[in-house]
This record gives sequence, structure tokens and C-alpha cells, in this order.
Amino acid sequence: MDDRGFVSGIKAGTSIAVGYFPIALTFGLLAKTTGLSLLEATAMSIFVYAGAAQYISLSLIAAGVSPLLIVLNTFVVNIRHFLMTASLNEKMQPEKKWVKALYAFGVTDESFSVLATQKGGKLRTSFGIGVIVIAYGSWVIFTAVGHLIGANLPHFLQAAMSIALYAMFVGLLVPSMRGNRKVVSLALIAALINSFFYFTGWLTTGWAILVSTLASAIFIEIISSKGRRT
Amino acid sequence: MGAWYWWMIIGMAVVTYLPRAIPLTFLEGRELPPAIQNVLRNIPYAVLGALIFPAIFFVQENVWFGIIGATAAFGIAFTGANVMTVVLGSIAVLAVYSVWFL
Repeated sequence: MDDRGFVSGIKAGTSIAVGYFPIALTFGLLAKTTGLSLLEATAMSIFVYAGAAQYISLSLIAAGVSPLLIVLNTFVVNIRHFLMTASLNEKMQPEKKWVKALYAFGVTDESFSVLATQKGGKLRTSFGIGVIVIAYGSWVIFTAVGHLIGANLPHFLQAAMSIALYAMFVGLLVPSMRGNRKVVSLALIAALINSFFYFTGWLTTGWAILVSTLASAIFIEIISSKGRRT
Repeated sequence: MGAWYWWMIIGMAVVTYLPRAIPLTFLEGRELPPAIQNVLRNIPYAVLGALIFPAIFFVQENVWFGIIGATAAFGIAFTGANVMTVVLGSIAVLAVYSVWFL
């Protein structure tokens, strides 16, 4: 088992915290323009803590969509976490149920990617909690800061910051891609299937991500298990 | 926003938490079949591919914004830079682009 603890977790999570800074700032800013108060915007980051779903909910609130439908949409967008936490279960050390139920709250696309792509054996719970605490803190604090100062940021900077969420995903993916054809194929096939759904409009965003992720992960496993047998 | 907003937050919090907590608490101690374990290990890379594409191209109405941003992010990442540098670098490239060319 990997022997790194809480402090190493904080260090590994710092890149997420810095990456969340512009994303949360932009969320706070958009929340303000959508008409949410400082308390309402920050509460969403505190209790929901799911970047993509929060962004989508803002545009749905602005469009006057019913709250029930927004909740349903949130569920669909976040079903993908089901796959991640099932996958993370293989990577984390065995632990008491209530402890896992507690840190499960902090599993996001980013904290999951950082934990799941750590080299070596199983990770200690304290390492995982370190990663989660600093990422969560950054998300909540900079949501509030974004609501307070966001509108004063120059427009060109607000526009440039809209890339932050995706640049972070790229930064998490690329190091594992180098020299690993399997990783490249996994990402590429999922990207192609998801783009197909996007352009045909056959599935909503949440379902499209779920289906393309599963399809790619299963397809590559079938191919590589055939390779192992022969 | 009215009281409905707070009910919505509670609803969003519950439906976000359940998919995070259920697999972590219920799968503990159960050995999954190797094929399923392998699929689960594939998921981090597949999900990143799906999260990035095609959404990265549509962050602004002007599609060049996304294309330049994506090129910058991948370019910086392939030099071996860490996540922090990739995020801040991509923002810097787009900031320069929008100041000079828009």
C-alpha cells in the first residue's frame, strides 16, 4: 500500500484547488448575474459541490425551468459519479463504512482523477481526505469570492476563464496518455461517441457522458482481454 | 429566489450525494469479477475524454475561442507541465487572444 498521508494529499490536491479557483470564481460571477444572493450561491457550492451540474442549473434557473426538473437533470449529469466511486473503491484502502460515506461527498471528476491516476498501490484514507479537503475548500471559498468581486473583472478575462474547467480535464488526462496507447484509445473513443450524441442530440449531456464512458471502457476491455488470451 | 430555491438545493444535494456514496459503501469487501474490475479501471480515462470533447470547443459562442483554448491546453500539457500550469496557461493564452484579436 502507498504510505502517503494527509499532508501529501493536500499537496496532491493543490493543483485541483488552483484549477478550481477560476472555475469557482466564474460560477460565483454567473450566479450573481442569474440573480442568486451571495448566500444562495455559496450554499449551492457547499451542499451540492458538483461543478458541471451547478453550471447547468444556473442556465436552467435563468430559463425558468421548474426546480423539480433541475433536480432531475442534476441527477442525470451526476450519475457518472457512480462509475467513479465504484472504480475508486478498487483504489482506496479498506475502511469503515461511515468514513467512506463521509469522504464520498468529496468525490468529483477532478479529485477522482487525481486519486485514480496515482501510481502504485492502494491509497490511504488520510491521503484521499487531504486531496478532498483542499479541493472542496477552494471551491466554496472562491464561489463566494467570485460572487463578491466577479463583476469587476474585465470582460476579456471572464471569457478567457471559461476554458478553465476543460483545461483542467486536459491537464489530468495528458500525463497518463503519453506512451500509453490504451489510455489514448479509451479517451478518444469516449470522445468520439460523446461528440456523436452531442451533434445528433440523441441524448442529453448527462446521459451522453455516461453512455460514452461505459461503451469505451467496455469496448477496450474486450479488445485487450482478447489480446491477453492469444 | 424564494423558498423553492432551498428545496431545490436539498434535492440537488441528495441526488448528487447518492451516486457518490452508494458504490463506496456497498461494494466494500466484495470482490468484483476481474472483467468488471478492469472496466472500472478504464473509466477514469474514458470519462475524461467524454468530459473534454466536444464541450471544450463550445465554451464561448465564438468557436475559435474553444479551438485556441483546446490547442493551448493540450500543447502545454504535452510539455509535461502540471495541471495548475495547464489551467493558468490556457487562460493566459485566451486572455491574450481576446485582447489582441477581438
